[in-house]
Amino acid sequence: MKVRSSVLASFILIFEVIGVALFLRGFFPVPVKSSLSSKSKLSDLPAEPVTGRAPNGSRLPQPLFKRVVIMLVDALREDFVFGPSGRIFMPYTRHVVERGSSHSFVAKARPPTVTMPRIKALTTGSIPGFIDVVMNLNSPALLEDNLIWQAKTAGKRIVFYGDDTWVRLFPKHFMEYDGTTSFFVSDYTEVDNNVTRHLDSTLKRDDWDILILHYLGLDHIGHISGPHSSLIQPKLLEMDDILKKIHGALISKEAEGSLPYLLVLCGDHGMSETGSHGGSSEPEVNTPLVLISPAFRRKVGMMKPGVVEQVDLTATLALGLGLPISQNNVGHVIPDVLEETTLRDQLRFLHLNGHQLSCLLKDSMANYEKDAGFEQFRVAEKAHGNWMKLYLEGNTSEVLTNMGKKVLKQYLEALAAMSSALSKQLGKYDMYSMVAGMILCSVCVCVLKLLLVLLLAMPEALSGAAAVDLPVLPALASLPFYLLCLLLASVRVLVCTSAQSSCYLCSLPGGLTVCLFVCLSVCLSVSVQHNSKGYGQILMKFTGFSPLKSSSSEWSLSELDVLLLAGTIGHTLSLASSSFVEEEHQIWYFLLNTLCLAVFQDVCRKYFREQRRSGDDDEPILPSKASHPSAHPKAEICSEKWLALATPPFTLVCCRLLRSLNQTGVQWAHLPDVGHWLNSSEHKTVLSLLAAFCLVLIYVLVQRRCSWVSKIALALGLLGVYSYRAAVGNVLFPWQHSGQNMSKGTVEARFVYVFVLGILFTGTKDLLRSQIITADAKLKSRGLWEIYSGLVLLVSLLFRAHNLPVLCGCLLIQTLMAQFIWKKLHYDAAQTTIMHYWFGQAFFYFQGNSNNIATIDISVGFIGLESYIEAPAIFLTALSTYAGPLLWACHLVCYLSSDTDRSPVAVGHGCYCLALLRSVPAAAYIVLVTVLRYHLFIWSVFSPKLLYESMHLLLTAGVCLFFNTMEQSHSSS
Amino acid sequence: MWDHEIRSMASSHAIVAASVFMATVVPAVLVPGFSVYGTHLLWLYSVSAAVTGVSVAVSWLLGLTPPTKKHTLGYKLSRLFRSCLYFFLSCLFFHVVLVLYGAPLIESAVETFSLAVLLTSLTSLRCLCVLGPNVQAWIRVFSRHGAMSIWDTCLQITVACTLVGAWLGAFPIPLDWDRPWQVWPVSCSLGAMIGYLTGLVVAPAWIHYHRKQLTYKSK
Repeated sequence: MKVRSSVLASFILIFEVIGVALFLRGFFPVPVKSSLSSKSKLSDLPAEPVTGRAPNGSRLPQPLFKRVVIMLVDALREDFVFGPSGRIFMPYTRHVVERGSSHSFVAKARPPTVTMPRIKALTTGSIPGFIDVVMNLNSPALLEDNLIWQAKTAGKRIVFYGDDTWVRLFPKHFMEYDGTTSFFVSDYTEVDNNVTRHLDSTLKRDDWDILILHYLGLDHIGHISGPHSSLIQPKLLEMDDILKKIHGALISKEAEGSLPYLLVLCGDHGMSETGSHGGSSEPEVNTPLVLISPAFRRKVGMMKPGVVEQVDLTATLALGLGLPISQNNVGHVIPDVLEETTLRDQLRFLHLNGHQLSCLLKDSMANYEKDAGFEQFRVAEKAHGNWMKLYLEGNTSEVLTNMGKKVLKQYLEALAAMSSALSKQLGKYDMYSMVAGMILCSVCVCVLKLLLVLLLAMPEALSGAAAVDLPVLPALASLPFYLLCLLLASVRVLVCTSAQSSCYLCSLPGGLTVCLFVCLSVCLSVSVQHNSKGYGQILMKFTGFSPLKSSSSEWSLSELDVLLLAGTIGHTLSLASSSFVEEEHQIWYFLLNTLCLAVFQDVCRKYFREQRRSGDDDEPILPSKASHPSAHPKAEICSEKWLALATPPFTLVCCRLLRSLNQTGVQWAHLPDVGHWLNSSEHKTVLSLLAAFCLVLIYVLVQRRCSWVSKIALALGLLGVYSYRAAVGNVLFPWQHSGQNMSKGTVEARFVYVFVLGILFTGTKDLLRSQIITADAKLKSRGLWEIYSGLVLLVSLLFRAHNLPVLCGCLLIQTLMAQFIWKKLHYDAAQTTIMHYWFGQAFFYFQGNSNNIATIDISVGFIGLESYIEAPAIFLTALSTYAGPLLWACHLVCYLSSDTDRSPVAVGHGCYCLALLRSVPAAAYIVLVTVLRYHLFIWSVFSPKLLYESMHLLLTAGVCLFFNTMEQSHSSS
Repeated sequence: MWDHEIRSMASSHAIVAASVFMATVVPAVLVPGFSVYGTHLLWLYSVSAAVTGVSVAVSWLLGLTPPTKKHTLGYKLSRLFRSCLYFFLSCLFFHVVLVLYGAPLIESAVETFSLAVLLTSLTSLRCLCVLGPNVQAWIRVFSRHGAMSIWDTCLQITVACTLVGAWLGAFPIPLDWDRPWQVWPVSCSLGAMIGYLTGLVVAPAWIHYHRKQLTYKSK
């Protein structure tokens, strides 16, 4: 069976995508969830256990607190309160902690330490997994069972002021609310004043039960200038004053006889030494938790705060307010809070918590009965029943108290054990799926590499039709194929029947798995056959028996080849280090710079050396003085020479400027960049001018090769882009005053979409015409370019206004490089492809992306849409995130297929190289992640990167399919 | 004849390497609180000065600089002036390249420029010593098959080693180890220095082992 190399490459890429998908399914743990879809109700609560008597109804102990004020300070780090500087930062809080009736703890937040998953953790008591965060980027309402819902159902009146994430998570839950967007990170006073201004009137009133305040200012300060900045102290003093005010108001309101109040001060996550958060380092994870209530015993001095989990607060609050604990809660109640209640109530509270945890354990574990915590709970429950029996009989002896204390201890141990078993469940991998995906990927890469070897070994075997002979039929009939099938089937049976496996592949229907196995074995056996053939070829070549030897040129690598090879290998190796993954943009910028310098050296060599050789005198003279027969070409060559010489330095300068546009990564992300400067409101005019200039430049650069219809459409489209930005309020029209009517700009955006579709349609039409009616290469290249320009128009709509220079620089560099470097220096398809790939990678980071999920711009998904619609939103977000790599890959297709003097296989080679370039790091990364799966940063650093890699792979597979169609038409024409 | 030249090359390299060593040790004795990381700029300038002085002296003693056509004082002075100008221009060139590679533009300009001075004294200065202030000769030596004597080959090797060393020295910077040698420009200048010393050792050895294959076109 003969297959063209690009078709083969695409197929292999698709296989690799399947492999990666399989791997991801195994890698990301399924969240622990209760199987019940309904929420827990008061009537479902278990009865108090009493041995030998019918359950006397579900009597609930009286709630501990009447009113609760939760003051959540974003990014409040543990040492801001409990540390040595806490006395200066928060004097009142420290006083209360040390002398008042309070309990203080260090609450450990689980990574990802980002606000939204932390809020979810605090309200549901579950630990949102990493994948949960990705799935809920658009933050819809929280549907899981949670504390707020329970409180509302129980008739509590909730008031909320602060971060509007809460308002989005709990729509219609609050009696009164005022959300503040955390969009402008540079503002750290207004966001907090917005919360505090409601405080006085609210505290005076009596019509609420729960007050939640979420202060964002501290987090913003951290992002701007880090935890040691001078802004921190005044902000913390302000927070301290607010706490004092609330505490004072609560004390004054306290009435004799009624239940006491509870004031909670907590942080959602900490702050790293650079001021950011999201990871799992100690300062990011440790947050203070201070509970203040007259119900607690007075403290006599500073004690070292105990360590609890952040989710423990949920269970504590639920029990304290007399609400059912939410179903998916994995935390356990903080025993210190209960210590002032009667022993019976304490036991009852612990029993309720234990019952909820054991239910969750039953749902999430297959063999829950064997779990130590579950057994302990059963024993404790029995002992509790015995104790209750004695208690109800009126026994009040010392023995009973001691027995009760013993039961209490048993309960606490059981709770801790069950809680940790549930948390551990979240970190379990499905190794079988992971290994299967990994093997699939590695096989794909091996096949690709073997093909490369074949390509190198017999260049002219591929030159004609660029086809590879794939021995599929013989492979199907060969012995290794059957042996492999047998082996895989036996492995599957072994794994799936083994006792403690809960893996995804086993739950797949048998037919699908069989298909997968057959494909895998075909791949393997084909690659084995190829292997022998390829190495035979190479062996022949090197031993000199091959007739090819005379024709093949010697294998000499230029400096550029060495750089390209070393860069690709070096980048793949660098993925093993978490810091290099975090700062991957630095690697690409560095490699790109070196590449430009190497190209510069090549250009210099070409123009200076060649001229010298043409001059026949020995004395080295300045090349510009070299004599040429006619005057006209001389001037042309001269200007071309200087333009070619100027291109690499220009590219370098361009890259340097773009690099300072968006600071990304982790270590230097807090540095000021041009993007922030442009986005601040006083520089709106500059931004407008810059955006207008960029759009004009984009038009000039793109329109050259379009038909006149598309030219007009493009011009109107770009005008539409500007007016969209003006409508949204990013830029200004000269006749417009700032701050005037802001709208969603839906009409303008749709106007642009119409032109994008129009241009794409014209391009496709041209392509089809060139293929079917006339074999016109010119028409075809125009059609391709029109599709490309449609893409550019779409991207220019999606990019934020300050990112338009990135698009501009991309087009400028592409034009110059294509004109003066790639064509003139005769770089072959492989070299050009690698350069395109590197540029694409660097532009991915130029536009402000990083290997962190947080930098994805989700607002793109709403452009031109009235409300959130999933499919277009995902498509637009993916497109704008991967705009850089995508534009460069598309340019590669345009460039390779429009170049008429190239051999027809160039497109195939390009596609093939692109596939190889993408799949090697992806496969290597999968292996690395498997090896590093117990690394400290696996969830904060490596898994986001894994998602980015797989998405990029998917995208490249799409581009390769596009390549295929191009090559097909190339060969047919 | 070649063996003699290789020997003189090796000995001159040994002298230069010894000067680097002295430039590190002597200030450590004389200046209190001197350390390669702590007072990095001091070390950097002392090494640069030592390498500059010793290279110029050695090349003058060996008579490496191409014979000048004129022997007037004015011509010699203009040559000296041009050499200084080239030195300064090369510093500027390296500075610009470092900024293009991502060094901060304003913040640590002194550090960046110091690294540029070090790189210049390790690379361009040798070119000045061996080839003189002659751009054409520089272009010739650094293009493929351009070497015309073993000194040219030696120059190619040391310059390449130094630059590759500085290039590799940049890689540890993004790692989050918080070590004193990760501070800009310590790792790069150390890399350049190690590369340079490697080049000094490798160049005579390589030439010695390839002396049969090396053939030079004469002018």
